[in-house]
Amino acid sequence: METTIGFVTGVNGNLAKVEFTGSVRKNEVAYVIVDDKRLKGEVIRVNGGVASIQIYEMSNGIKVGDRVEFTGELMSVELGPGLLTQVYDGLQNPLPDLAEKCGFFLERGVYLDPIPDRDWEFSPSVKQGDKVEAGDTIGTVPEGLFTHRIMVPFILKGSWEVASIKEKGSYNVRSTVAVIRNQAGDEKELSMVFSHPIKEAVSCYTERLRPTEPLVTKIRCIDAFLPVAKGGTFCVPGPFGAGKTVLQHLEAKNADVDVVIVAACGERAGEVVEILKEFPELEDPRTGRTLMERTIIICNTSSMPVAAREASCYTAVTLAEYYRQMGLDVLLLADSTSRWAQAMREMSGRLEEIPGEEAFPAYLESTIAAFYERAGKVRLKDGSIASITIGGTVSPAGGNFEEPVTQATLKVVGAFHGLSRERSDARKYPAIHPMDSWSKYSGVVDMKRVEEARSILIRSNEINQMMKVVGEEGTSAEDYIIYQKGELLDAVYLQQNSFDPVDAVCVPERQKEEFDVLYDALMSQYDITDKKEIRGFFNQLRQEFLDWHGTIFETPEFAEQKAKVASFYKARIAG
Amino acid sequence: MEKVYTKIESIVGNVVTVRAKNVRNADLALVGDSYATVIKLDKDLVSLQVFAGGQGVSTTDPVRFLGRPMMVSFSENLLGRIFDGAGVPRDNGPALTENMIPIGGPSVNPAKRIIPRKMIRTGIPMIDMFNTLVESQKLPVFSVSGEPYNQLLSRIAMQAEVDVIVLGGMGLKYDDYLEFRDTLEKGGAISHTVMFIHTASDPVVECTLVPDLSLAVAEQFALEGKKVLVLLTDMTNFANAQKEMAITMEQVPSNRGYPGDLYSCLASRYEKAVDFEGAGSVTILGVTTMPGDDVTHPVPDNTGYITEGQYYLKNGRIEPFGSLSRLKQNVNDKTRDDHRALMDGMIRIYAAYKESLEKKSMGFLMTEWDEKLLKYGELFESKLMDLSVNIPLEEALDTGWEILAECFEPNETGLKTSLIKERWPNKDAL
Repeated sequence: METTIGFVTGVNGNLAKVEFTGSVRKNEVAYVIVDDKRLKGEVIRVNGGVASIQIYEMSNGIKVGDRVEFTGELMSVELGPGLLTQVYDGLQNPLPDLAEKCGFFLERGVYLDPIPDRDWEFSPSVKQGDKVEAGDTIGTVPEGLFTHRIMVPFILKGSWEVASIKEKGSYNVRSTVAVIRNQAGDEKELSMVFSHPIKEAVSCYTERLRPTEPLVTKIRCIDAFLPVAKGGTFCVPGPFGAGKTVLQHLEAKNADVDVVIVAACGERAGEVVEILKEFPELEDPRTGRTLMERTIIICNTSSMPVAAREASCYTAVTLAEYYRQMGLDVLLLADSTSRWAQAMREMSGRLEEIPGEEAFPAYLESTIAAFYERAGKVRLKDGSIASITIGGTVSPAGGNFEEPVTQATLKVVGAFHGLSRERSDARKYPAIHPMDSWSKYSGVVDMKRVEEARSILIRSNEINQMMKVVGEEGTSAEDYIIYQKGELLDAVYLQQNSFDPVDAVCVPERQKEEFDVLYDALMSQYDITDKKEIRGFFNQLRQEFLDWHGTIFETPEFAEQKAKVASFYKARIAG
Repeated sequence: MEKVYTKIESIVGNVVTVRAKNVRNADLALVGDSYATVIKLDKDLVSLQVFAGGQGVSTTDPVRFLGRPMMVSFSENLLGRIFDGAGVPRDNGPALTENMIPIGGPSVNPAKRIIPRKMIRTGIPMIDMFNTLVESQKLPVFSVSGEPYNQLLSRIAMQAEVDVIVLGGMGLKYDDYLEFRDTLEKGGAISHTVMFIHTASDPVVECTLVPDLSLAVAEQFALEGKKVLVLLTDMTNFANAQKEMAITMEQVPSNRGYPGDLYSCLASRYEKAVDFEGAGSVTILGVTTMPGDDVTHPVPDNTGYITEGQYYLKNGRIEPFGSLSRLKQNVNDKTRDDHRALMDGMIRIYAAYKESLEKKSMGFLMTEWDEKLLKYGELFESKLMDLSVNIPLEEALDTGWEILAECFEPNETGLKTSLIKERWPNKDAL
């Protein structure tokens, strides 16, 4: 295809207007040539023969008349073996390689190959004459922990026949491993790498399933009270300093999934550095390998160009879909979707679109919904079940959840983990508000009993409010016990010490066992009437529970402390 | 070859337009004798933001394009000098033209960043002991107008163990500027200080350039291996200048009139804080005044999402609640073995003191324990929180133990027994 050429006629911020001759597709990639640099951009609007291009880099130095080359291809990512362990920017530029080439700073106009150039041990899984279509596996390579499927590109249409396929052996990632032919006689060479447009969801599966299986995060408050399901979605809104990012890092570390994709979108660079330096050192308890081996980081931090921030979330979800097509469970954590929405707002302003609420574009809601809808549990064509779970943080202005991004997100997610400033100020971590938050999924503990426990918490909170007015002396002993029960539940189950090596990771079996004991303690009636004594009793009970948290699961000490907790509260049960 | 254009087509606010060819986006120009930058190109119509403002610009003023972006001279000669927001000397010294560097350069590759691990000592216990400042950290001081934030900054500037100080003043009252200058001169810190000062009466556009100038210079010093501390006061004025410019350019405002890219604007400045492996570092301490003491106002709110914590200055003291240094964990385990435990313990008791104080004000009965807490709170506030206290960290920790010993029995502090055995001042009490 002939490439279309254009010339810049105007620049406003990172939006360039370009006159062109020939054909231009919306959302295709174009390069603006400034001196010897090629700046990547995307066509976001064509109007009256003029294309508006959003430039993914700083736009200084561009002048009217600069040459623009249109590629005819939509904004895409490269998919192939070697993606795991990589650190990319929002446009899939590998940052460590870039650092090697350019030093401390992110030079603009430098784009490197995202797929590491190396050989892989290829085993074919089809033979000449087999019929294949988009998403079918033609062979496999071993990538770290997984069998990485080499697939027919997801965007190919129709049915194809394998004309030739390489034998088992070691090949370069970019060398041709198969040739396929369709009925019209068109031939296509396939290597281990292909590209896929980031804004097009991959739909090469038989059916979508309901997310029913819990995604275990080993955080009690989430798994038991506010569960997330494999293939589900959840959001974590919270004011600054409430611990959104820390919570996401914990989830990235402990979640029971095969692949984790972290999209650091418009947040602090320092936080990405923590993952970068920490994950290669940490062991994944499921596999014994480092956590980095199951992780991909997409990082477009707050000082990197805004336009690429918008792309980074799509880049991340496309990589997630790629690994889902291999029958794996993928967790995508986006921090923060508000910055992504703000990037849309900036672009919308430059396009002089009519603004909606708080100047966000009118399509904010549908865009957010479309993004979260790319999560899901599916049955692939080979019968295997795979899933993508999306968790996004939201940074509402002023910590006020009534703002457009939080509201648009709440409409489409299956679980809401709202963080509260009061809880984080009181150093109650994780600072998820147990009463405001909700989840539509079922967790590791029987939901009926969880509801009963939650109603104690709500009642306890009411009594606490009342006590602020009438004082302790004006509260009945019965109410005071309920208040203390609520505090106990909060202190020993909802709160979790992420710095304690034992308590930080609470496996589901342990969560169940501890919940059973706690549930019994909460539902029992006690024959204590003196408030000081009540306080003392619950303080001691809390201490026993906390000591129990400190013991390692399935050891004699664990059983011993369990017995100690039980005998302590049972001694005071009424009757 | 410089071509001079003499037909200005429009003058709106600080923006003038002129028809010209071959002009690059973001280049510098001279309109009359004021600098201006190219902010928009539309065919041959060039929009220029005039630093000195649109006032008095005539349609026949000459416009010369300089063919380069905004730059600042960088050399050792900067030290001890004072410039305005356009980079012009305001101290009667010679203009510097050698070794020009562009401002607002690219951001640092995250893959090249390292985890910060060096403490900056300030001599202020509420910082050193409770919310340690760490090299390469970006921290704002949240405060309301009228608080002594500028005095706090100049004290930190004089006492912090750094090689170079860059002071960026935005919308400073002239008196405050003079006070900064005099304090630094008297303290002898001026010889390693560079100042970029925009006063309240200077043109608004220059206000928005101050952080970029300051940080470009700081970055170069850091690349040469220097430990640089950048003080920016007051970032709310910077944000307000951005707002003013955005509104005159008819941008759709997002929240209380601020432009939609306020977060990105602030982030691209604060994110210049960095520790270069094998070279120096840039640490940013800013001031963000909160209109009406409202932390949810767009400027402090966006700032909080960007920076690594904040110091909350209220009633002339750095409040322990609301203040947070997110990076303190990286360093406070290497200072002294009792630092972390004592820090947590003392704050926990101080929180209990606040509760007792509230109870007292509501007329509830004070128990013996409440009385102890009240005594503790008073001592804590006068001996550690007061801004005039100026002691090194070790002494502050010792003072902490003394306050505890004066008010409590060892087992009432909730501190580990082994630590108490080692550090409790009055061993007879054990």
